Amino acid sequence: MTLLHLAGVRKAYGGNEVVKGIDLELTPGECYGLLGPNGAGKTTTLRLALGLTDPDGGEITLLDKPIPRDGRNARLRLGVVPQTDNLDPDFTVEENLLVYGRYFALSDALIEARIPSLLAFAGLEGRARSRIQALSGGMRRRLALARALVNDPALIFLDEPTTGLDPQARHLIWERLKQLLARGKTILLTTHFMDEAERLCDRIGVMDQGRLIATGSPRELVARHIEPQVVEVYGEGAAQWESAHGAPCDRRERAGETVFCYTHDGDGVLRTLQGRADVRYLHRRANLEDVFLKLTGRDLRD
Amino acid sequence: MRAKDLAPPRLSGRLFQVWRRNFLVWRKLAIPSMLGNLADPMLYMLGLGFGIGSLLPEVNGTPYITFLAAGTVCYSTMNSATFEALYSAFSRMHVQRTWDAIMNAPVGLDDIVVAEALWAASKSFLSGLAILSVIWILGLSRAPTMLWLIPLTLLIGLTFGSLGLSMTALAPSYDFFMYYFTLAITPMVLLCGVFFPVDQLPPALQQVSAVLPLTHAIELARPLVNGRAPPAPIVHVVVLAGYALAGLYLALVLTRRRLLT
Repeated sequence: MTLLHLAGVRKAYGGNEVVKGIDLELTPGECYGLLGPNGAGKTTTLRLALGLTDPDGGEITLLDKPIPRDGRNARLRLGVVPQTDNLDPDFTVEENLLVYGRYFALSDALIEARIPSLLAFAGLEGRARSRIQALSGGMRRRLALARALVNDPALIFLDEPTTGLDPQARHLIWERLKQLLARGKTILLTTHFMDEAERLCDRIGVMDQGRLIATGSPRELVARHIEPQVVEVYGEGAAQWESAHGAPCDRRERAGETVFCYTHDGDGVLRTLQGRADVRYLHRRANLEDVFLKLTGRDLRD
Repeated sequence: MRAKDLAPPRLSGRLFQVWRRNFLVWRKLAIPSMLGNLADPMLYMLGLGFGIGSLLPEVNGTPYITFLAAGTVCYSTMNSATFEALYSAFSRMHVQRTWDAIMNAPVGLDDIVVAEALWAASKSFLSGLAILSVIWILGLSRAPTMLWLIPLTLLIGLTFGSLGLSMTALAPSYDFFMYYFTLAITPMVLLCGVFFPVDQLPPALQQVSAVLPLTHAIELARPLVNGRAPPAPIVHVVVLAGYALAGLYLALVLTRRRLLT
């Protein structure tokens, strides 16, 4: 079965091309993370895959159905957690699940049988009769996740699932997504949080300005694109240190007062810093965020 | 405008579930909603009916209040469908993003728009029915031909629900709907024979009145309330159905252009 296949997909709005030829193929049971700054085209890519907007070029197949022509039927076996909260405010928690399940032509008996386990999964036991307005942001997001599972989908799209949540709520969402992966579900998520992508995703596609500029596992991306260690140097002496001792760095970047020194020889860099009172520093392993910033630059995107 | 926006609707049976969603919300607030729908037209009908009715005892051979009753059924059905298709549908489309959530399920935008039109028709049907019951209970008319008003209110509701949805598709905010009320709904209330016969108007305004849908609704409803068969009923039904279909198609085209880009 083809879960999702995009080949050469393009989309322009009024002459401004926001998706410039995306190729993507999901494999069963994986978590694929579309990682990119704001405006990179992540949400548009999801809308294209859902059949909610027509591509200007390229081919899309979702759950064996040609998109956008047969999007409505493809979505029978799909779950979607949207970026903005669109739970139904006129209904209680359990009514939200019941009414949403009906859109999939499921019988009330089947949906009602699933509701207790969906509520347990979302950590919303005892909240069945709560109004949506009474839920916290984290609860709403978990309910949106439960709603996306009402049809027991094979594939789940999540658009920035933890944006705006506090750390406790984020960790709980991640925990639940890992459970879904363990059950064999396939996940496509968009995010601009590196730790989220790194924790959850088997494969990552870094998206910028409408293109997939790098793909691979988090580890591969770090190994392929960046030096293994980073020393961040800051303080009033950072600039002076950089001009005197920049040499052990394979690559250097400046961001305000901070010098980012990317290197294979962390100990060599640290020796030049020891005993200096005018700088502070942090030595760490390179991570996905470093890859991301190298590939997409440090400029603001909004 | 893309060719795809102009295509005929593609519907699935799941559109009924969208109608059912709105019905479920309505059921929670059914009593205040019905009272709200009834109070305004009832006050007009009884206040003007008895008040003005005492000054002009008969219009074209019927008591003024009975004359007004037929107009009130049509205009309150129009109002109820219009409010539902404008404010309530706009909330679901734009403010609460309910339509977005539904479109992530296996339901298309065409399904949603048609379901909304049917829902506006259903809801206004109930308010038309409520006025009819009042007319019957007060004995303003007990003509058996009044039963024909039951399908007629459904058609009136569909006509104005569909026209309203095409406005909703264009609306940037709730304020926009004032234009529709000022330029379309209020003129219809005053020119289409709700409060007085259209032939009292100057000829130019009569010509305007002749093309407005509410006129055709009232041309059907008034004889039926008076116990007579309307002359040339087919013409009026065709005009109302024409407005309904044109409005629904326009609503489909405009919402596709708005939401599926």
